[in-house]
Parts: sequence; structure tokens; C-alpha cells
Amino acid sequence: MSKSTIESDRGLNWRMFVTGLGLVALYAVVITLLLRLGVSSAFVIVIALASIFAQYFFSDKIAMFAMHAHQVTPEQEPRLHQIADRLCLLANMKKPRIGVAEIDLPNAFATGRNPQHAVICATRGLMNRLGDEELEAVLAHELSHVAHRDVAVMTIASGVGMLAGLVSRMAMWGAMFSGGGRSRDGENLVLLEMITWLVSLVIYVIAYLLTMALSRYRELAADRSGAILIGKPSVLASALVHITGDIGRIPRTDLRQSEGMNAFFFAPALAGGTAASLFSTHPSLEKRLDQLNKLERELNG
Amino acid sequence: MGLRDALFGRTTQAAPNLDNLFALPSAALTLETELELVTSGQAGLCFKAGSGENALTTDDDIIQLLDFDQTNAKVTMTTDDLGFRWLVIADGDVGDLVTRIHGANTSLVEHGLGARLLCAVFGFVPKSPPGEGSVRMVYLMKQGTFYPFAPTGANQRNNELELRVRSFVEHDLPMEKDLSRWMALWNLPVN
Repeated sequence: MSKSTIESDRGLNWRMFVTGLGLVALYAVVITLLLRLGVSSAFVIVIALASIFAQYFFSDKIAMFAMHAHQVTPEQEPRLHQIADRLCLLANMKKPRIGVAEIDLPNAFATGRNPQHAVICATRGLMNRLGDEELEAVLAHELSHVAHRDVAVMTIASGVGMLAGLVSRMAMWGAMFSGGGRSRDGENLVLLEMITWLVSLVIYVIAYLLTMALSRYRELAADRSGAILIGKPSVLASALVHITGDIGRIPRTDLRQSEGMNAFFFAPALAGGTAASLFSTHPSLEKRLDQLNKLERELNG
Repeated sequence: MGLRDALFGRTTQAAPNLDNLFALPSAALTLETELELVTSGQAGLCFKAGSGENALTTDDDIIQLLDFDQTNAKVTMTTDDLGFRWLVIADGDVGDLVTRIHGANTSLVEHGLGARLLCAVFGFVPKSPPGEGSVRMVYLMKQGTFYPFAPTGANQRNNELELRVRSFVEHDLPMEKDLSRWMALWNLPVN
């Protein structure tokens, strides 16, 4: 197998390692908890593992389906394929399949459990808004996700959180069903399960936060590798400004063609996008631009 | 839409909000001093004409309906490629354009066409030299809010310019806060 030439960032690696370590520690706590719970836990593990593996093996199909994306041939989307061809030669990696989602929101994603099964997808809105150079920068970012095997890493990481979540739910049911209090032992059991439930809930929240943190680091890592690959961090920065900030929310759709939903009937605007960055899977735009500015100085300064 | 409408599966037709239109002349001053944008001398009113409604089937019917002043020679009716009717008014003064668009609106509302009004559009062009960088101020009838639309070609719009316009006129005008409603109006017949 060919080795990718995309460089790595030590500080980022270290932070990812610590986050991963935190997840592993949590995993140990969850296992201990499961053992204390007894027999039913085996069942929990089987279900959790099965769903994690399903997510892992069918990640490409799930993501493509969820985004209403379809695979495209070089004849259908020559521009997208040409850019991807060039980037893959540059990075010395196998070219993934290419997909397009017919939506106006500018976005792109990479999915698939390993580089052999990878798909990178762009939305129609992204292709309409960006010029060739900026589109290349975004695809370089997505190719870096593929090279970093981010789908596999994030599936495993979120699997821990899911396990903890399942345990908490099972424990809750257990507490409810044995709530009759048949004996003094029964009361103790209820108390024990209530505690288990609380503890695993806390674990679930922590695991979730750690997973999100890990995801943000992976995004920064992909930004970095993508920018280095094309050699122009500022182009990726300008692409990000064009698709993430206010500008990304201004539609290309015609007012007269969206009348049913938007113009003729008044619906109060949803106050979205206020979630704290702690819960976000992507780093803030400022953070990403900061990193790219620094890279720009290092590479071209 | 209330609970009862939801239960019975019907929609209340939204009434147009015309009052905020009169904020435009002061915003036009700001546009001229800050961004060197002046009126293009055109404004348009976009609505969807129903079939046979109130016997207003022809353009002439509608122009007659709008016979509220003597300068109707400057009013033209067109139908765009998406089947929407446009009433285009030519006048060199923003204040007059607003008054006449408002008059046309009121007249259409009185004749039961209020629910069919989509938007009003006011053209702005660079003072000197004429060329790139023209902006349309779109007024959403039902929301009573404005937003800028700066097309630069087929399916391309200058978002930077649009956001700059917002930053200058947001104190003068009730701007549409939800950016996802800044819908495009490709190939509109108003310059």
C-alpha cells in the first residue's frame, strides 16, 4: 500500500492522544460497571458492539443516504473528478469514490471505513459557490479525513459513549422493573441501580464531550494536512469563510421557487447555531482560520 | 398558524406588511454616502396572479386598477419565466418610487390580491462609473423586512457586497435577520 505524504502536527497529535486516553480510561470504568451489574451486561455489549460494527461497515451507505447523496462518474461531474484526480496524485493515495448531494447548503463530507471504501461528497451548493481553487482546498480537507482514517477513529471513539449510554438505559429499566421492593435485598438493588444509572449518565456526558473534542482536533488536523497538500492555506481559509460564516447561509435558491415554505407564509426564524463550542463537532471558524494563518506564515512567509 | 389550523389542515393567508417600506428613503441616503450607491430609477412589485381572480386576467386590468395617478405611462407589466407578474415603475426619486409602490400595494390589497404579493424590489447602482456592483433591495411583503441582493451573473451573487450593505443600513431598515431567507431573484426584470 502506498503511504500518504501528508505531514502530521505533533501538538495536535499529543492532544488527540490525551483525549483518546481519557476515552480509554472511561472505557475501563464502563467495563467495571458492567461487571458489577452482572449477567444482563453481556447482552448489552453484544448489542452495542453489533451497532458499532454496523455503523463502521456501512458508514459510507449511511452517510450517503442521510445526506441524499449519490455517486457520480467522471462524465457526470468532470470538474469534481479532475480536482480529485490531481489531489490524489499529489498525495499519493488511492482515489476515493466521488459523490454529490443535491442540496443548496454548502458542505462536503468524507465517509467510508477505510481508504479502500472511502467516498468524498460535495453538495451542489458548495460547487456553485466556490471557484476551482477553493473547491480544491475543500476536497483536500476531505481527502485528509480519508488519509487519517477519521471514520474508523470516530466510530470507535463514539462507540464508548454509546456503550455507556446503553448501560445507563438498561440500568434505568432495571430500576423501574424491580421498583416493587420484594425484599430488603430488592431495595438495595434499586438503590444500587439508581446509583449505577446516575454514574453512567455522568460517564455518558463526559464521553460525549471527549468525543466532540476529539472530533474538533481531527477537523483541525484535516485542515492542516489539506492546506499543506495544496500548499496554500489561505485558499482553504477563504473557502471556509465562504461556506461556514454568514455567507454560507445566504441561499442561491430563487425566492419565487421556494414560495411555499418561505415567502408567502410567515414562520418565525429558528434561533440556531447558539450551541456552545464544547458540544460542537467542528472547531470555531476563528480557530480554524488562526491555524491556517499560522500555516500560511510557515509555508509561504 | 394556530393549533386549530393545524387540526383542520388549513393555512391562514398571511396579510402583507406595508408600513416598513417608508424606511427606505433614509436608507437610500446612507447607501449613497457610504457605498456610493444611487437609485437605478426602477422599482418592481412581484406577485402571483391567480386565474380569473376578480376578473383581473390581463395586464391592462391591473394597470387600470393602479390608475391612482396620472403618471402611469411609466408603469409596465411583465411576466417572468417563472410565471410571476411584475409591475415595474420608473421614477428617478426613491421617495416617489416608495410612494407609488406603496400605492400599488394598497390598491392590490383592496382588490383582494394581498395574499398574492411576494416582494417589492428597488434597484440601486454605483454612482460613478456605471458597471459592476449594483444591488437590489428586496422587501419581503409578509415579513416586512428588507434584504440586499447583488447578482453578478447566472446563479452567482456577491455575498460580500450584500453583507456590507447590511452592515451600513441595518440601523435605517428592518433587515431580514435570518440569512437563509435572503433568497435570490434570478433574471428579475428590475434594474
